[in-house]
Amino acid sequence: MSNGGQKLLSVTDLRVGFTTEDGRVQAVDGVSFDLAPGEVLAIVGESGSGKSVTAQTLIGLTRSPNTTIEGSVRLDGEELTELSEPELQRIRGSEIAMIFQDPMTSLNPVYTVGKQIVEAIRAHERSVGKAEGRAKAVELLDSVGIPDAERRVDDYPHEFSGGMRQRAMIAMGLTLEPTILIADEPTTALDVTIQAQILKLIQDLNRSRGLATILITHDLGVVAEVADRVLVMYAGRVVEEGTLEEIFYDPQHPYTWGLLGSLTRLDQPRPERLPQISGSPPSLLHLPKGCPFRPRCPHEFSKCSEYPGLEARLSDSPSHRDRCWLEPEAKRAKRQVEGRIGLEAPAS
Amino acid sequence: MLRFILRRLVGMVFVLFAISVLVFLIFNVVPATNPAQRIAGKNATPQLVKSVEEDLGFDKSLPEQYLTQMKLIFTGELESYTTAHENVDERILEGIPATFSLCIGAAIIWLSFGILFGYLSAIRAGKLTDRALTVLSLVGISMPVFWLASIFLYYLTFKVELFPASGYVKLTEDPMEWANHLILPWVTLAVLFIGFYSRVLRSSMLDVMNEDYVRTAKAKGLNNRRVMTRHVLRNSLIPIITLFGLDFGAVLGGGAIVTESIFNIEGVGLYAAEAIAKQDFPPIMAITIFGAFFIVLFNAIVDIAYAYLDPRIRLGTSAA
Repeated sequence: MSNGGQKLLSVTDLRVGFTTEDGRVQAVDGVSFDLAPGEVLAIVGESGSGKSVTAQTLIGLTRSPNTTIEGSVRLDGEELTELSEPELQRIRGSEIAMIFQDPMTSLNPVYTVGKQIVEAIRAHERSVGKAEGRAKAVELLDSVGIPDAERRVDDYPHEFSGGMRQRAMIAMGLTLEPTILIADEPTTALDVTIQAQILKLIQDLNRSRGLATILITHDLGVVAEVADRVLVMYAGRVVEEGTLEEIFYDPQHPYTWGLLGSLTRLDQPRPERLPQISGSPPSLLHLPKGCPFRPRCPHEFSKCSEYPGLEARLSDSPSHRDRCWLEPEAKRAKRQVEGRIGLEAPAS
Repeated sequence: MLRFILRRLVGMVFVLFAISVLVFLIFNVVPATNPAQRIAGKNATPQLVKSVEEDLGFDKSLPEQYLTQMKLIFTGELESYTTAHENVDERILEGIPATFSLCIGAAIIWLSFGILFGYLSAIRAGKLTDRALTVLSLVGISMPVFWLASIFLYYLTFKVELFPASGYVKLTEDPMEWANHLILPWVTLAVLFIGFYSRVLRSSMLDVMNEDYVRTAKAKGLNNRRVMTRHVLRNSLIPIITLFGLDFGAVLGGGAIVTESIFNIEGVGLYAAEAIAKQDFPPIMAITIFGAFFIVLFNAIVDIAYAYLDPRIRLGTSAA
């Protein structure tokens, strides 16, 4: 499933910098990963960790005169970072589809849902007529579970509920049968029951169509539901990567412990307040020297003034890599504090 | 939708009624001098003042004065007393073809160029085209109409006899001459609005470009032109429509006073200028109400256009 088999998408040392009024911000700083056909890869991190920028850069949406993009993104061997804008337009939607966080604002309010789907079809297949396109749109809406699609296809986005809009976004993404779906926080703006439905839909599509998926989220609960492999990002870099089991049952980086510790758990007594990672993510303009998580990490020690590389530190699982100097035994001992994975609970 | 339009029209009637009351009060009650004396003119005979008093109802109560005067205006019997009992409504009606020719032509020019320049400026934001258009727009906004008109007249009709100097030729008489006489006035009237509209559209488009649905449109693989026209431009037009409703209503209702005066186009605006110069109050009052009618009318049309441009507004009104 992971590094072994064939690669559909291969990202190597991707770096994305933005020139701002306050200086250059390195939003993504050397991210590498592979995506195999049919795989679900989750990219996890707080706001500002660079996960959305990474995803948008894959299809060139961050290109602008103020952006510097380095590194390589290969889709079936084709280098996407070197493609011209019209060549990228061919890829977008037809090879790689993308859906976004807020379905409330991601559909154009002045066109019907059907029209926006037909537009996506006709952007790539000019020969498709309006009637044919509409029929296809109805079929797609139906396939993502929109009831009465024949009638709803002519509704405007504001006549859809949030969950239905996200379904419509997914339908729009599927029109040209892409091989990769990038879902950028697809459930963040939705309430919990709808979240589960949308995740189920993404999982079904992944299984029935072999749709490789990159799922961007800050919610490890979402990750646990659907992901095969997980990348944890912090301050523009991957701090830990591994299979779902590796990340959930043997997390190596204190930041990952923090994320896991922030989950509510049904199998343990409920704490008065959920544990949290103290402090806030560092400004990318003024990164601390060494490990950028150092100021927030309770386990910091002398070695942390140097930033460790992303390496496999456990002899028995070569695919599980992280950026923390602590010895694996020390990690296991430290993260069990208070019988729970994660950092200490805040003083209450 | 039909109910929405009907409700807007009924609302219009009420607004116009309120405006007519206000205009009546401003012209007849607020000034401290005898209104009949003012309307009759400086050198009026006592008989004339007396007949003004009788015609306009100044010997009766205020509500009766109001009703008498409105009746005169709306039945077309209002007269000017300083210019030999000239009928005011007839003069306004005579001015309409010239004023409408001027305003509709100018509006077509200013809308097309305003939108074109604003669009180009927005899609080339920060680049040379944008900067050049920004400077051009600011020059357009900064040039006073009377100055621009004089410059045009001096260089293009006097120095180089490219266009006829002034006047208005009826469309029905000679369409070529009609257009030929109107080109300079059209451009003069349009320049200010072109500058203004292109600035407004530019900033509106730059806002819309950051919307999530524009990113969605790009992610679908649409080409840039389609993203810009179908998704950005279409959603940026609301402020332009708002401005257009107000501006077009105002110039149609006689607001193009300076342009009409300098190019000697005998429209409603020129009539207003003459009346103001002579302190001839009945025409001023009638033209004020005439102008208010068009502003209110175009505001109603703008509301209907909103509903067409944005389906969310459509739904909101039918549910209410």
